Amino acid sequence: MRIVLFAALATLFIGFVPVDVKAAGGEVKLDHQEWSFDGVFGRFDRQQLQRGFQVYREVCASCHSLDYIAFRNLEAIGYSEDQTKVLASEYTIEECCDDQGDIFDRPAIPADYIPNPYPNEQFARASNNGALPPDLSLMSKARHGGPDYVYSLINGYPDPDKSTPEMEAELMDGMYYNAVFEGNQIAMAQQLFDDLLEYSDGTDPTAKQMAKDVAAFLHWAAEPKLEMRKQTGVRVLLFTFVFTILAYFLKRRIWADVES
Amino acid sequence: MSTEKSWGTQAFDWFEERLPIVSFIDNTVGSKYPAPKNLNYFWNFGALAGFVMVIMILTGILLAMSYTPHVDHAFQSVERIMRDVNSGWLLRYMHANGASFFFIVVYIHIFRGLYYGSYKAPREVLWWLGIIIMLIMMMTAFTGYVLPWGQMSFWGATVITNLFSAIPVIGDEIVTLLWGGFSVDNPTLNRFFALHFLMPFVLVGVVILHVWALHIPGSNNPLGINATPKDKIPFHPYYTAKDVFGLGVFLLVYFTVVFWFPNAMGHTDNYIPANPLSTPAHIVPEWYFLPFYAILRSIDDKLTGVILMFGSILILFVIPWLDTSRVRSATFRPIFRVLFWIFLIDCVVLTWCGAQLPEGIPLILTRVGTFWYFFHFLVLMPVIGWIETPRPLPTSISTPVVAKPAE
Repeated sequence: MRIVLFAALATLFIGFVPVDVKAAGGEVKLDHQEWSFDGVFGRFDRQQLQRGFQVYREVCASCHSLDYIAFRNLEAIGYSEDQTKVLASEYTIEECCDDQGDIFDRPAIPADYIPNPYPNEQFARASNNGALPPDLSLMSKARHGGPDYVYSLINGYPDPDKSTPEMEAELMDGMYYNAVFEGNQIAMAQQLFDDLLEYSDGTDPTAKQMAKDVAAFLHWAAEPKLEMRKQTGVRVLLFTFVFTILAYFLKRRIWADVES
Repeated sequence: MSTEKSWGTQAFDWFEERLPIVSFIDNTVGSKYPAPKNLNYFWNFGALAGFVMVIMILTGILLAMSYTPHVDHAFQSVERIMRDVNSGWLLRYMHANGASFFFIVVYIHIFRGLYYGSYKAPREVLWWLGIIIMLIMMMTAFTGYVLPWGQMSFWGATVITNLFSAIPVIGDEIVTLLWGGFSVDNPTLNRFFALHFLMPFVLVGVVILHVWALHIPGSNNPLGINATPKDKIPFHPYYTAKDVFGLGVFLLVYFTVVFWFPNAMGHTDNYIPANPLSTPAHIVPEWYFLPFYAILRSIDDKLTGVILMFGSILILFVIPWLDTSRVRSATFRPIFRVLFWIFLIDCVVLTWCGAQLPEGIPLILTRVGTFWYFFHFLVLMPVIGWIETPRPLPTSISTPVVAKPAE
């Protein structure tokens, strides 16, 4: 009985905490998706991550950096070491400096981080109507809803046939309507359209499919240790469970001679 | 030569004569510490808090080895811990969630003390030391939250340090001293890191005093009456076994959060690097500060808000005298018992209010909640002590009253 009480109390405290922290975030209707990495044993779908990386590389990367991902990290989404070398070599790194003190260009190696599309913030803003495209490495953890948010935002643009004149009227110059973005005005135009690119694994590249793939990829980029975390968790929790049961019987036995 | 003692025992005795540390530990949490035999599971939380403190210090030292306290590198170094340091993600998630669990455990420990009257004579100094521990925990948690240098770190630090500017005359000087300059910047981060590293060890010192002060009168118990020697059992093995089981249950909850919901108690904005030019829409502190944050914002005047907020903690120092009843346990105090639960609900409501914008219904609730918080301590506690007729107390733990108190 007391144990039940204890557990109920603990659950109560855990239960109300995340709820009221979330309450501060404001409400948007997110389009909730099923993700392979959800749940107790959740894992990343390597194929999906590779498709997502392709979307990032061919679409997002023209404006958005991915500062915390090095080419070597891509081995974790299923590329071989040689493939990451080839992938890296397609990028150029500006290195300081050679023996003469001159800046020189060299092909990237797996140890390099994915280069930023812009040399500096001012340049990025100047190229984007004053807006700074944010780094995407942690986007999936930096917004309420995580991958659901990223997916919904990319898909959050109105159907041109259905968009109302009011939507257009409210917008500031160079801004676009987005149902999910805070304030509903976003500096990024719609980026994904059906058949924008061709997937090497033959998946049908609908806009929604690409959005889902890139959201999954960005969730991996934000939380690359997710699989290890959940797998470790299962083992730790099993051990703790057995430990707790043994501790319970030990306690009962030790206490057997104490009259209540 | 003629002794029958083994070599091991002789060596042990030799050492004990020179430094009796083993018997000291045995007297403290071992077989020589007699504890009342009727302690329920709420008495686990002191030991649990000590355990969490050890987790925090160990993970914290390991994290400090890979962390860089500089505005240009702090955020990045935390991400390197998450990505490149061996098991760094585990250390950080254990540490970040450990802070939340430290407060959960300590808050339960405090409410247990409030319910069973553990603050009353002869345990006032023990209670004071507990409040000092809570204050040090708060300072440590606050300085620690600044270290990742995310948006909430930066703006939380800005809001909270600015509170001190409300102090008349010397307020601005204090703020400049806290910042190490004229805004929250690199010197602030540096000194916060130094303090965050230092304060846990001060905490350990006060915890030792807390345990010392506990051993003078001994543990209180759910009946709140003085335990006679025959109602006591040795702490070891009885309560060590009970605490180990409680620890197992605690770890099940803690690990579930660490491994499956590691960011549930954090704020998403703290995964955005600090930007002094962009203020987040809602600046909220970590959940364990929310009731105090609500009290701070309950009133429009900054100085009054600050006084109320600090007062809400400092008032705890005098409750041994505000409570005029000499019966410790709420089990025998029909009115106080109801008021205890109302007070607990009040604290939960204030926690919720702290996360809302201070307007409309949340603001009204905040004001009612703040009023009730002080009304409970300043008016109800003394008055109820005078007018309430407590139930008859049992003469000893082994011989409860005729009618068992309703459970």
